Amino acid sequence: MKHRILTAALGLAATVAFVPAHADQKLVPAQSEITFVSKQMGVPVEGRFRQFDGQIAFDPAKPAASKIAFSVDLASVSISKEADAELPKPVWFNAAKFPKATFQSGTIKALGGGKYEIAGKLAIKGVSSDVVVPVTLTQSGATTTATGAFPIKRLTFKIGENEWADTSMVADEVQVRFKLALTGVGKL
Amino acid sequence: MTSTNRSDSRYHGFSILLHWVLGATLVAVFALGSYMADLPFSPQRLKLYSWHKWAGICILVLSLLRLVWRLTKRPPALPAEVERAMPAWQLLAHKATHLGLYLLFFAVPLFGWAYSSAAGFPIVLFGVLPLPDFVPVDKALAHTLKEAHELAANAMLGLVLLHVAGALKHALIDRDGLLQRMSPFGR
Repeated sequence: MKHRILTAALGLAATVAFVPAHADQKLVPAQSEITFVSKQMGVPVEGRFRQFDGQIAFDPAKPAASKIAFSVDLASVSISKEADAELPKPVWFNAAKFPKATFQSGTIKALGGGKYEIAGKLAIKGVSSDVVVPVTLTQSGATTTATGAFPIKRLTFKIGENEWADTSMVADEVQVRFKLALTGVGKL
Repeated sequence: MTSTNRSDSRYHGFSILLHWVLGATLVAVFALGSYMADLPFSPQRLKLYSWHKWAGICILVLSLLRLVWRLTKRPPALPAEVERAMPAWQLLAHKATHLGLYLLFFAVPLFGWAYSSAAGFPIVLFGVLPLPDFVPVDKALAHTLKEAHELAANAMLGLVLLHVAGALKHALIDRDGLLQRMSPFGR
């Protein structure tokens, strides 16, 4: 009997130990958004992506061991009716050949006060580039909200080729902003 | 008609300058607006839209200056013999056309500005000075404002044509020298 209980206890302990703490972390798309601001002849114009997904394994206590992978459907871009018809085309995203932009985290540093710095690789249109993304986490009930913004250079990823490469028309720098609602993240 | 009589009835030099500068600008901006709307998505189109908006804001500012100037410096009355020769409906049309034009000098650019804001493209004058949005970003509202902008611009075209027709009638049919009042070339 004693033996059985011990075995059961060991088994339970093993199960707990081997199921990662973040197994049930999920992105809540309805409460999340990814937007960007580009400047057209000095005019800030906001756009958004309607489809995106993330695989998140984030432990606030062990940021270094955490992993975040993200993908954005480039064809789901939305700025204005006429721009939406143009942006999936080859000179912009070439969404037929490169349907998704992806982000894969590398080093994650905790800066304190719910702030983190996530270095990683951003790949768009077949070009991969290192980025550092500042993220602020806030928690309310079961939901953890990650917000942040970082600039990218569109020409690094060949977004806007030929006549559209002219940065006096559309600025090179594009500000990417995100608000991601996550469930299952441990207490900060 | 003596020469003193004629110079008294002339518009002020600054009024004449504003009339011709704004007249030329309005025609150019109207033509640009009609042309650019049908262009395919391109940097050229983006550039022309920006120029159209900047020129429209210039028209709005100059029109405000012109209105203030007109209210402080009353335009010369119609020469008595010209006024006598005009039937009542022509005098009414003369007043109504000018009133309508002044209303549209403001309405057309203001609708355009609001349309731009509602469509989510705020105006940044000359690419450096962001102008405030006085309407929210709203697709349905943008569509309505676009229609209003076009309708008002077409109404202005109609009134400008009427204005030019009236001027030509005085110059070619009545030959009453009325246009001398607004001529940019001296007395």
